Amino acid sequence: MTGDAPAMLAGMLGVIRRDLLLAWKRPGDILNPLFFFVMVAALFPLAVGPSPEQLEFSGPAVLWVAALLAMLLSLNSLFLSDFEDGSLDQMLVSPVPLPALALGKSIMHWLTSGLPLVLISPVVAITFRMPASVTGFLMITLLLGTISLSLLGSIGAALTVGLHRGTALLSLLILPLAMPVLIFGARTVSLVAAGDGVAGGLYFLGAYAVLVLSFAPFATAAALRISNE
Amino acid sequence: MWKFIHKLASPPHFYGLAASMIPWFVVPGLFLVAYGAYAGLFVAPMDYQQGDAFRIIYVHVPSAYLSMMTYMIMATSAGIGLIWRIKLAHAVAAAAAPIGAWFTFLALATGSIWGKPMWGTWWEWGDPRLTSELIMLFLYFGYMALRGAIDDTAKADKSSAVLALVGAVNVPIIHFSVEWWSSLHQGPTLVRKGGPAMDTAMLYPLLAMILGFTFLFGALLLRRVRAEVLYRERRTRWVREMILSKGT
Amino acid sequence: MGGYGAYVWTCFAMTVVVFVICEWRARLRQRRVYRDIEVRIKALGDTQ
Repeated sequence: MTGDAPAMLAGMLGVIRRDLLLAWKRPGDILNPLFFFVMVAALFPLAVGPSPEQLEFSGPAVLWVAALLAMLLSLNSLFLSDFEDGSLDQMLVSPVPLPALALGKSIMHWLTSGLPLVLISPVVAITFRMPASVTGFLMITLLLGTISLSLLGSIGAALTVGLHRGTALLSLLILPLAMPVLIFGARTVSLVAAGDGVAGGLYFLGAYAVLVLSFAPFATAAALRISNE
Repeated sequence: MWKFIHKLASPPHFYGLAASMIPWFVVPGLFLVAYGAYAGLFVAPMDYQQGDAFRIIYVHVPSAYLSMMTYMIMATSAGIGLIWRIKLAHAVAAAAAPIGAWFTFLALATGSIWGKPMWGTWWEWGDPRLTSELIMLFLYFGYMALRGAIDDTAKADKSSAVLALVGAVNVPIIHFSVEWWSSLHQGPTLVRKGGPAMDTAMLYPLLAMILGFTFLFGALLLRRVRAEVLYRERRTRWVREMILSKGT
Repeated sequence: MGGYGAYVWTCFAMTVVVFVICEWRARLRQRRVYRDIEVRIKALGDTQ
């Protein structure tokens, strides 16, 4: 690896700032997944029926599945515009190590799709009659879980960039890997709602986020190099 | 040592060697499976809890074991191919995936058939092993789909290798999380499939089946890798010369 | 088979089928690849 720590940080922040600016100019990129999240969550009560007990029971699962799908939706375009306008080539030859830039892209993805989901989730949770104490835990699990999802998803997005039929393929690659996050995220919230202990689930989500953080930027960087050969 | 590995991994050498090795896998494999199936079906005593339905484990456990082992073989050879740029390793990974997917399917199907008389249902979400096998099948599908979506063989090799390695890191975590998930659920108390306290008359046929399946899997893998190597080397001189001299 | 015969035999039969399919697909692929190369070499030989 070349480049010292400040240069790496500067490169990473540069990527994040540029992409945030781009997102600011095209708010649809942030808003569409959010609308999607709200709509998927609204599908379930319509399909299941308005019974309050059932909504209360299925709330954590529905919110988590909807969040997972919304994260997937925004992943497809993560490297697409960079690939099309050639800035990906610039990233590949830049003196800043590629894993640092890949981490920057993952952080950007989390800031523009994970964090907004976390912030809007209480509003949707209210419609599922979720008590405030449970909603707090929902937000914490979503916070920890979406970090892992953004990092894991970046690998999938890097592997499928430039391929046709990328969206369906990306879901096929990422969904099996995302199962642990979904299991621990949704079940922990259900456990809180049932009045059980939750420390185990939260520890797991935190530990998993750290684990993924340790390898995902490198895997994403490797995948980007391979996809651009 | 390196010289030996390079010679072994050279496509023409491997192509010939694999053909002569296949019988060495098929013959012991068939013997072991024949013994295991006969002893498992007719000699092993009936399980006092599960009756004769327990005999399904003689095909279920070996296929479940192979589905896990194949994924590990696939990920290991993909990693070797990625790090040391050995082309043969990529061919092994490509050949292993469909076989692994078939064995995963077999483990799921036999597990589900075993579940019908035991749990009264074809599918029990409360059983962690069946659920992990299902996710395993999805992992194989993802790997094969990525391979299929990339036309260039060298690029497909490397991309799918990254995916296989990321998947291999996740496999133990998936198992752990599925175990945790099902332990929360107070469902039907499941009868243990096998276990250390097994009667030897039941255990030996099972071990024979596991070993026999592994041998037969080795033969299948070798045959598929041969075809894969032939395809990848189709423009080389040695393939041309071999076919002109009517070798197989 | 104590009433479980259908289940047990179905499982063993499926196992045989899966092995046969795997073996058959491997042989089929080998044959196809071999024949394609043969055809190409012949075509090249004719043009020379």
